[in-house]
Amino acid sequence: MNLNQPLSASTEATDAASIATKNAGPVLQGQQLSCIRQDRVLFEQLSLQLSYGQLLQIQGKNGAGKSSLLRILAGLAQPDDGHLYYQAKPFAQSLPAYCANLCYIGHQSGVHEQLTALENLRFWRAAATLQPADDWALLAKLGLAGLEDVPCRMLSAGQQRRVSLARLWLTPALIWILDEPFTALDQSAISLLQQHMLEHLNKGGAIILTTHQQLTLQFQSLIQLELAYRW
Amino acid sequence: MVSMVFLQRELRLLARQKADWLNPILFFIIVLSLFPLGIGPEPNMLRIIAPGVIWIAALLSVLLAAERLFKDDYRNGVIEQLVAGRHSLLAFVLAKTFANWLSTGLPLLLLSPVVALLLGLEQAALGAMALTLLLGTPLLSLLSVLGSALTMAADKGGILLALLILPLYIPLLIFASSAIEAASIGLGYQGQLAILLAMLLLALALVPMAVTSALRINVS
Amino acid sequence: MFKWLDPYAKSETLYHFCGKLLPYLMVSALALLLLGNIWGLAFTPADYQQGDSYRIIHIHVPSAIMSMGAYAAMASAAFVALVWQIKVAHWAVLAIAPIGAVYTVIALVTGMAWGKPMWGAWWVWDARLTSELILLFLYLGVIALNGAFSDRQVGAKVSSLLALIGVINLPIIHFSVEWWNTLHQGASITKFAKPSIDPSMLWPLLISILAFAVLLLALTCLRLRTAILMNEQHRPWVRKLVGG
Repeated sequence: MNLNQPLSASTEATDAASIATKNAGPVLQGQQLSCIRQDRVLFEQLSLQLSYGQLLQIQGKNGAGKSSLLRILAGLAQPDDGHLYYQAKPFAQSLPAYCANLCYIGHQSGVHEQLTALENLRFWRAAATLQPADDWALLAKLGLAGLEDVPCRMLSAGQQRRVSLARLWLTPALIWILDEPFTALDQSAISLLQQHMLEHLNKGGAIILTTHQQLTLQFQSLIQLELAYRW
Repeated sequence: MVSMVFLQRELRLLARQKADWLNPILFFIIVLSLFPLGIGPEPNMLRIIAPGVIWIAALLSVLLAAERLFKDDYRNGVIEQLVAGRHSLLAFVLAKTFANWLSTGLPLLLLSPVVALLLGLEQAALGAMALTLLLGTPLLSLLSVLGSALTMAADKGGILLALLILPLYIPLLIFASSAIEAASIGLGYQGQLAILLAMLLLALALVPMAVTSALRINVS
Repeated sequence: MFKWLDPYAKSETLYHFCGKLLPYLMVSALALLLLGNIWGLAFTPADYQQGDSYRIIHIHVPSAIMSMGAYAAMASAAFVALVWQIKVAHWAVLAIAPIGAVYTVIALVTGMAWGKPMWGAWWVWDARLTSELILLFLYLGVIALNGAFSDRQVGAKVSSLLALIGVINLPIIHFSVEWWNTLHQGASITKFAKPSIDPSMLWPLLISILAFAVLLLALTCLRLRTAILMNEQHRPWVRKLVGG
């Protein structure tokens, strides 16, 4: 094992992409979005926009529709009303390009419990058509040294979350959508993740996340959006 | 390359969850051995019912394996995140299907001599049975992956899955058992095999597409 | 190409359009049904071979034809729904499914009742009866699948997909059942010779078929209106409509 190998082979490509797209206006725009789930209006007439370098934090009570909004923004679900644009082009045309530039980690971890951390990472690497690289070093960095070869069902909730979030160190995607990424993480993992998010933003990436926790780091370009709970 | 990694993953999962594919095989054998007990062991009677019985047992055992195909990956969010990433969903589906065939279809094929023994099939009928299983079990896998994808996010699986895919199995059942029957009375059965092959090719062309859209819908 | 259809994809427009059509459809369905059935059941001459029992074709044949027509309509709606992502088309699929299923049941029951004096048994594995039975399974699959999802939207979409899969499979199933039937046909089953039907029997039959078709349309409009109201109950236009 050569632990000193660079973690991400695609850093250069990411930088080039970020410079090219940095000044191109909002990368993601939602206009007049509304979402109805099970006969309840979660939100109506919601508009938002996100540019590269920005962090959008969506807040709200349980059941306010945060996850539904994220799933709509990730192109998984469709809004009941309203339009979405990626780089000023409607989703109908731009969805493939958008998805290729998106890393979505949802409420569920995306970690298969019967597989080890390494095997899970290998799967996600293949799914994103990335070259194999040194996952051992990455897992060690995330505090999972010694647990690489253990089926994930033996890991604690926080450790599973770390395995899931490890994808953020792999992906070259510029837009991250994260649903409650800090759940079950301990203090050191939370600050590690925030540090990584900060680096991503500085490199020109964009992040949308939901969380109940206060962000402890200072994010220059933080936008906060409060979803009210509606009956 | 992607497909290879995915296939490895599926096989690894099967190796760790042996009950998922061993139980359907056991089920197949048990169902087959129940028929002589229920109907009587006269060789002539068995020979008449054998073609249909073999295929009905095969359908049911494949159905048994189908239910859990996507359940784990749905619950832990793998499919949702694959759909969000958009790429490699098709490779994922193909890997699932192939792994399903390797773990349920292929064993049935390998077991066919044992089945022939149990039901007193002759040489010619055994050959026909092996050929129909060779062409028919991939089709079974494709259809059960389809049914499993449709019901992935449903609150209740089980019986619903049977209601959905058993009618789709009917043409396969008809032609496969007819081929074995024809062989056992010394007739040619190339026609039935050709139709089975045609159905398999048609399914190969259409089912993966239908499965990916079913997965997309289920996580939306 | 179908720009003139666009406004009807809007649920409110469609709701009012169906409402306008509904009385005409209902009245004409009822009139045609009464006319065709009374004429067919009471005023046509008896068949020289089958006596009076053949008269059941005035219900059996229309329901059998329209059970397949309904499936075709449902699958077309499903195609529109999935390709152009039109919500009301999903609801149309779900509106048609139970009607088609009931037509299928009617065709099966009347077929059995007709088979008893003809074949001497309530049920024979005749190709057409068997196909009809499988059609019923397909309908029930669509209905059950829709009911199995707690998220109504997902349920509707998955059902549409299943309806489309079913329509690709129907010809294959039908063909294989026909083939199976000719292969296994025993001496006890005598198929009806395709009779050249007398015009005096044909007209009431055609009217009955038309009646079942119009009734299908009317019931679909009715169910579609309900579905629209239920799915859009939080929209302002519905609230205004029900005076809330």
